[in-house]
Amino acid sequence: MAQSAAVATPPPKEKAPRRRSASPRRLPYLLIAPAGLLMLGFIAYPVISVFYYSLQNYNVTKPWRNGFAGLDNFKRIFTEDDQFWSTLGFSAQWVFTQVTLQLALGLALALIVNQTFIGRGISRAMVFSPWAVSGVLTSTIWILLYNSSTGFSRYLADAGIGEYGTSVLSDTGTVFWAATVSELWRGVPFFAILILADLQSVSKELYEAAAVDGAGRMRQFFHITLPHLRDAIILATLLRGVWEFNNVDLLYTLTGGGPAGETTTLPLYVANTGIEGHDFGYASALTTVAFVILLFCSIVYLRLSKFGGDHK
Amino acid sequence: MTAALAEKNSAPGHAARPSAPPPSSTRRTGRERAFDDVPRWQIYLPLGIYLLFTLIPFYWMFLFAVRPAGSTSLVPWPMTGEHFSKVWNERSFGLFFQNSMIVGIATLIATTLVALAGGYALARFDFKIKGGFMLALLCSQFIPGALMLVPLFEIFKNLQLINSLVSVVIAETVFQLPLSIILISGFIKNVPVTLEEAAWVDGCSRFRAFCAVVLPLLRPGLIAVGSFAFVHSWNHFLFALMFLSEQDKQTIPVGLNTLIGADSVDLGALAAGGVIAAVPVVIVFAFIQKWLVTGFSAGAVKG
Repeated sequence: MAQSAAVATPPPKEKAPRRRSASPRRLPYLLIAPAGLLMLGFIAYPVISVFYYSLQNYNVTKPWRNGFAGLDNFKRIFTEDDQFWSTLGFSAQWVFTQVTLQLALGLALALIVNQTFIGRGISRAMVFSPWAVSGVLTSTIWILLYNSSTGFSRYLADAGIGEYGTSVLSDTGTVFWAATVSELWRGVPFFAILILADLQSVSKELYEAAAVDGAGRMRQFFHITLPHLRDAIILATLLRGVWEFNNVDLLYTLTGGGPAGETTTLPLYVANTGIEGHDFGYASALTTVAFVILLFCSIVYLRLSKFGGDHK
Repeated sequence: MTAALAEKNSAPGHAARPSAPPPSSTRRTGRERAFDDVPRWQIYLPLGIYLLFTLIPFYWMFLFAVRPAGSTSLVPWPMTGEHFSKVWNERSFGLFFQNSMIVGIATLIATTLVALAGGYALARFDFKIKGGFMLALLCSQFIPGALMLVPLFEIFKNLQLINSLVSVVIAETVFQLPLSIILISGFIKNVPVTLEEAAWVDGCSRFRAFCAVVLPLLRPGLIAVGSFAFVHSWNHFLFALMFLSEQDKQTIPVGLNTLIGADSVDLGALAAGGVIAAVPVVIVFAFIQKWLVTGFSAGAVKG
């Protein structure tokens, strides 16, 4: 992260003129105060209290056991808790599937709607629209589609494909793909929008020069388009990966983590432990571990992908 | 890193580029054809397939919402409003809609104002903790809101804000702020500082110069940031679920979740509730979608 901070800091020549303001030294602090205080109170403080509680026994239903626990919670996570490993595994599978497929489809979609054709404006609006749809609404829509009695499968069965009464959400063999498709439906537009935005800044002259040199469309794509998109793709996949890891609303409402815990991600497991199980100390320790894993993976990803490197 | 990209992509030269060359059906020069002449079917076929994938689910929801209970017709005719009136009145979606609107608009206003101040400080000043502040904004993107639920709940309980819409507005605003500040500071950097200086020379205070010169130029950016805040708080579910346990305080996503979780799901009512949840965001989206691509940049769209 230190690296990225360095990138984000503007060059020193941008120094703002200071003459006309009444208290030029204090003004910037006053301006960031509201945001800073809100974030201290409602982000930093909760984070610190999670770290603190991770070292405590803290369970509302067992108050007599509450108190300092040292690293007991962490020991339990790594040695006794099978559910931690299985939910972590599912989270990894979920994030990897989502990010890969969303990137591939989003890239293809962006390249298509970046062409010039009749009906481009309205097509863009329509294919991007699920971006604005919430996880709960996505679940609502796909529950209507996946429903066993009047959903899509019924009409397929009417047409002689498949069987009546198929419920893809309650079958452990199909639930992963059923959830994946519905999350893709609202996730692909995110990548498509970001990549399309970045495509606007590819210099047309580059393609012209490449065309003059006889490079075909494939070679133009791999030698001009893809290198240009590189940083945007790295950043989008990272942000999306973190987001897919953390976000629980779709799986919570679509499958509830089921059937048989088949689609429980780590955050969903944490929420169940902390909120329904009232075991907040242990949930905090799980949160801390999840946070460290996330941070570690992000840093490794940025390093390996050489984000912001000189490659254009 | 986000800010750096934002700058790159919304640089003036890029913004000024005409967005669409003339339609391609006309004859072109050989030079253009070489890089831009994709056969039409290679555009329309995959696009058509993807459009079906996007639109059928929307159509399905609409169909279930308007066709009478028990019908299996695939066309939305004859239409009925029974599901809507049931959801709106019996299932309190009228009230939920009102609550969601209050939360959405309050979050929009709070986020925009606070982010405007913070973004201006980042764009126009150098100060000691600037680097640290930027880093905090970026790091906050890694913090899972869902995992902060319990400590946040305790904070709001101490502030006696549980079952008050204020708690949800604060939580939504706080988690919306980092991205909004980064975006707005990028927009302000694109406004030449010389414009402001000219106003100062004419005797304006910093604040008046900002309002008269910078603010009008920020309008498209502010509309986007505000729309984002609105859409996110309209859609977001966990905070409302946790902090608002009284039924008459709940929001639309919580109402939908209740319908989903009912013992025997009333699909018509669920679909009608979904349509009610979708209408405002679809309107806002139609409003900002063009701008989303031309003015936006990496890191700008989270979720």
